[in-house]
Formats: sequence, structure tokens, C-alpha cells
Amino acid sequence: MSGPTFQRKTYYYVFGALIALTVLTVGISFLDLGQWHIAAGLTIAVCKAGFVILFFMHLLHSRPLTWLILGTGLFWLAILLALTLSDYVTRHLGAY
Amino acid sequence: MSEIANTSSQSAQVAPPPGSLWHHFENLEHQNEATTLGMWVFLATELLIFGALFAGYAAYRSWYPAAFEAASGRLNLLIGGINTVVLLTSSLTMVLAVRAAQLGSLRALVTLLILTSLLGTVFLALKAVEYYTDYLDNLVPGLAFNPEEWRQVHVNPAHVQLFLVFYYVMTGLHAVHLTFGIVIMAVLAVMAWRRAFTPEHHTAVEMWGLYWHFVDIVWIFLLPLLYLIATRKTLM
Repeated sequence: MSGPTFQRKTYYYVFGALIALTVLTVGISFLDLGQWHIAAGLTIAVCKAGFVILFFMHLLHSRPLTWLILGTGLFWLAILLALTLSDYVTRHLGAY
Repeated sequence: MSEIANTSSQSAQVAPPPGSLWHHFENLEHQNEATTLGMWVFLATELLIFGALFAGYAAYRSWYPAAFEAASGRLNLLIGGINTVVLLTSSLTMVLAVRAAQLGSLRALVTLLILTSLLGTVFLALKAVEYYTDYLDNLVPGLAFNPEEWRQVHVNPAHVQLFLVFYYVMTGLHAVHLTFGIVIMAVLAVMAWRRAFTPEHHTAVEMWGLYWHFVDIVWIFLLPLLYLIATRKTLM
């Protein structure tokens, strides 16, 4: 057998968690959270993505090099978002 | 591209099926590791493609919150929510397919690959229906859009159109990626049926499984960031 794997039960539990989080994120969108909708939605989305990456993509069983590649991609994404947004949210040049 | 394997070389490895070991790898394990790593690197670049769209979306949402929130509330959350469940289920069938490949369960592998492809197609079909309901609801800039209805609620129609363009481009790019995945899963199912995969050599299944999960993850973020940025009043 090549490649890492989990028990079938684990996959079902993770799937259940993903569905539950989906129901949660849709449900709370009907509550009046004001400015917190995006933060709440992103938090839940990060949890769901984490489940998919760690279990479905087998990252928990992967080599450190794989973790490094994912970490690098996320680091670049963070730079992209941070530097772009720090410009846009501090200046309203085109906002009209 | 592939040559007959040099089976005299390695230690506790099972002899690779003829033609499955590429000449520049020492053994199948090395080949598998390098291939999956290559897919991870590709996915990191894909992260940046979608990341750029997310960055642009975030920038304009910060500038025009009222219009973006108003438009977001008009998207069809019923279909969006159902589609999320469809894709999550397809990720489950995908990871079970990889497990079937690892165990050498041929029939399960073929069935699960077909199911994954089918669920992706269901997503696309629902997406097409959703685009049609968006058209009926006057949410298509340049095709079906009524600026007056937005001015009446004191929202700038130009900013609403900006949101809608982001919505169609981001979900459209996601749909293109999903279409590639659907075709590839179907091809893998045919290959599996023709016994191309063994427990020792099924790299393609694992590799494209990673791609499929990535497409699912993109949608996991598209749902809250497009549909759920403000208090929803209606489901569709």
C-alpha cells in the first residue's frame, strides 16, 4: 500500500463535521451579526478547509516537505492579501 | 516517457508493473512522493490565482460595503448551500476512491471515481440553474440589470455591478477548474476499469485527488465570501 491513509470511519466523521459546519455557517448568516458576518464566515471556512487539508488531502500523514510547500503557498497568499489590502483600506482614492 | 522498470535494483520494494516506473526515479516510492509533491506545488500556484481574485474582491468590498452587502443578499443561497454539500460529498467519495486504490479494490475504485465525477457534474448543473435564476432576477450586468431598483434603496448600481462581475468571474473560474476535474475523474475511472492501477502504483488517483480537494476548498471559501457577508433575509 503506498501513500498515507486513515480509517474509513475517520473520513465519515470528518465529512459529518464538514456538513455540520456548513449548516452552521448558513444558519448564522440569518442572525444579525452586523460587521461580524465576514469574520465568522471566514473562521468557519478555515476550519472546514483545515479538515479537508489535514484528513482528505492526508497532510497529517505527509512529509514535512509537503507541509513546507503548503506553508509557503499560504505565506505568499498572506503577503498578497496583507500588502494589497493595507493599501486599499487606508486610502479611498477611487471610492466615489 | 515510461520504460521497463529495473527490478534488479531495490530492497523491499514490490516489482513495479511493467512500464510504470519512469527511468529518472530510483523506485516507485520515490516516484509517488515526487509526483504528489509536484501536485502540491501546482496547488500552491493555484492558491495564488484564486488569491488574487479574493484580494481584488476584498479591496472593493472594503470600499463599497453597502452595495456589496446588498448584492450578496440577492444571491441564491439555496442552490449555493446545496452545491456546497454536493462538493463536500464528492470530496468524501474522492478520498474513499484513493483508499480503494490503496487497497486494490477495483470495483470500489471505479464506482467511487464515477460518483465523484457525477457529483461534480451535479454541481455544474445546479450552477447553471443558479445562473439562470440570477438572470431572471436581473443580476446579470450588461444582460439583465435594472439600475433603478438599486437607486431606490440608495445603493450605487455601478458598485453592485462590480460585485456581480466578481461573483461571475470567481464562480466561473471555479467552474472551469471543476470541469477539468470532472473529465479527469472520468478518464481515471476508465483507466481503473482497465486495471491500470495497483496498490503499489496508483499515483494518478492520489495526485488528482489532491486537485479535487483543492477545488472543493476554493468553493468552501467562495460560499461565505460571496453569499454570506451580510445578514441574509431570504434563502434565494
